[in-house]
Amino acid sequence: MMAIQLKDLFDGFRDPATLSALAEKIQQRAEGLSQPLRIMEVCGGHTHSIMRYALPQLLPKQIEFIHGPGCPVCIMPKERIDQAIALAFAPNHILVTLGDMLRVPGSKGSLAQARAQGAAVHAVYSPLETLKIAQQNPDKQVIFFAIGFETTTPMTAALLAQVIALRLTNVFFHINHVLVPPAVSALLAEQPCHIDALIAPSHVSVISGAKIYQSLLETYNIPIVVSGFEPVDLLQSILQLLDQYLSNQPALEVQYSRAVNWQGNLKAQALIEQFFQPRAHFRWRGLGDIPRSGLQLKPDWQAFDAEIAFADLLSHTPIDDHKRCICGDILRGRAKPHECKVFARGCDPQHPLGSCMVSSEGACHAYYRYAKQTPEVRV
Amino acid sequence: MKSIQLSQGGGGLESQTLIQNLFYRHFNNPILAQAEDAALIECQGQTAFTTDSYTVNPLFFQGGDIGKLAVIGTLNDLAMRTARPGYLSAGFIIEEGLAYADLERIVASMAQAIAEADCQLVCGDTKVVPKGAVDKLFINTSGIGAVQTNHPPALNRIQPGDALIVSGDLGRHGAVIMAARGGLDLNSDLQTDCALLWPLVEALLNAGIELHALRDATRGGLATVLNEWAQASGLGLAIEESQLPICEPVQGLCELLGFEAYDLANEGRMVIALPADQAEAALRVLRQFDISQNAAHIGEVNQHQPGQVIIQTAWGTQRRLHWPNGELLPRIC
Repeated sequence: MMAIQLKDLFDGFRDPATLSALAEKIQQRAEGLSQPLRIMEVCGGHTHSIMRYALPQLLPKQIEFIHGPGCPVCIMPKERIDQAIALAFAPNHILVTLGDMLRVPGSKGSLAQARAQGAAVHAVYSPLETLKIAQQNPDKQVIFFAIGFETTTPMTAALLAQVIALRLTNVFFHINHVLVPPAVSALLAEQPCHIDALIAPSHVSVISGAKIYQSLLETYNIPIVVSGFEPVDLLQSILQLLDQYLSNQPALEVQYSRAVNWQGNLKAQALIEQFFQPRAHFRWRGLGDIPRSGLQLKPDWQAFDAEIAFADLLSHTPIDDHKRCICGDILRGRAKPHECKVFARGCDPQHPLGSCMVSSEGACHAYYRYAKQTPEVRV
Repeated sequence: MKSIQLSQGGGGLESQTLIQNLFYRHFNNPILAQAEDAALIECQGQTAFTTDSYTVNPLFFQGGDIGKLAVIGTLNDLAMRTARPGYLSAGFIIEEGLAYADLERIVASMAQAIAEADCQLVCGDTKVVPKGAVDKLFINTSGIGAVQTNHPPALNRIQPGDALIVSGDLGRHGAVIMAARGGLDLNSDLQTDCALLWPLVEALLNAGIELHALRDATRGGLATVLNEWAQASGLGLAIEESQLPICEPVQGLCELLGFEAYDLANEGRMVIALPADQAEAALRVLRQFDISQNAAHIGEVNQHQPGQVIIQTAWGTQRRLHWPNGELLPRIC
């Protein structure tokens, strides 16, 4: 069997002729629209791709994008970052986390700033690196600050399984895993709702299957396409959404059929089920409390729960974003990044005031970084 | 295993032994051997002078180490002003406990790079600090070289209509370091691009190529150089994305972790702004060297988007190529 090369993952999915043909089809179909089609790309990865490849320039004005809440960095409320910082500053603690979570501002700064002030913060590529850190520091309490959607949850579960198998007693978990469907459902339930169709993230469905969006289709009756992240994937998904919308036959379709099926990865789901259960509420930055939208460790595994083990270090008082930020409106499709008064004028990737400016997957960051002009954004 | 002790930085007999047995042995030349407080060197005409400090984790990586980096990096800074490498200094800040064999390997690698550049290390300094005060080894190097043209390349010489060239494929050094730090097995023999740029610059000068601006694209990568040029010149830079030379393993790592190759560090790549009618001739010269086989004409200087770098995609859309954003961290999903 031939091994898959990394190149195969994107080669052909950025082909100019294919993109041009898809764009032309979308142009033709869009002439049938009597009003703009407002598509929410739920995932920050899609926002990044749309801006990184400047796809709106290929599309008619009748196609509007609403940048959704699907960025684990953007939706992390300040009090959770403050908790991570408090854990990292405690004597004999090491806080371990992934990638650009380091940059997210809490109420008094980010984990990167805390690290510069002496807090023990390790950034890792993979959660499993936590094992090595814990083994090399047996006299320290190592806390994995677990973040992300359905995509990253199995890795946290795999880490916990390893911690148990290796009988490590110095590893704890601060769980911030969240779920896509409850958050999208909360946005679709709001009135007025500005969302006509959904581009759903494929990597979430690689784990959880396309089935997780069935209830959204049944409840809200809008077109949904589970899409890949390459330019061709996105244009093909838009075409599928447009066809569903124009024929008034909303459906749940999988564009990214090369990796997504209805059921998803059952092994990964079993691993998640073994260790996690939904929380009653999770507070999303910019969106507020959403019932059953976050995960926590099951009672059997509470000994590993940092929120229980170190409860005396953690404050749970909600802390809102800067009052001039309109991240919540941007995530709801009520505003575009450049309509925010502080966009590129006080809020930029070096000094983010609001959550959408922090990660390269955040709507404001993507506009700032890739739009042709700042701040008069023309995408 | 023999390791560096605090006493070897104390200035006494142990320091002298370390200097004699390690540094003088590898960097041996008549000026250094005088062992005076300051080296006496010959300088004629316009002289370039530069300094840089090197810290890298890990100390050894595919195709290089901190020592090679410390020599090449400083000599490349000289080359970017068309200065032929002449003399180097080196200051070592060593963490107590560093394996002697590792230090010797690094010093030998520096000596080899210095010999290949046909220059001399003429003065230096060694400090040993307590464990934890530095991360294994920091090296500072300064370099002096004789400028070879009457009109050295400079930011204020960039003009509308200039062509922009990069001397080779992008992001190798950054990718190698990222992969080493993250314990990623790239399943390839990807090596750092760490290499001396002076021979390329000399060949361009000998071919009569007019160099308006030259910059080696180190930390911050190509994106930083282009943004610095756009901002300093007040002109617009237009880049064709399809022309950016990027090798497959680097592209693969970028796809995996959410990086852009033009944001990643290089240690043997330069960006050139030159008159458009000389671009082809410059490429012919560059492609005679192994390290610049993949030299490419990537774009032009214009007056359309003052102070900005605009990248044109292969499918006809345009976007801004922004400065890299602080510490490069992998995207989460």
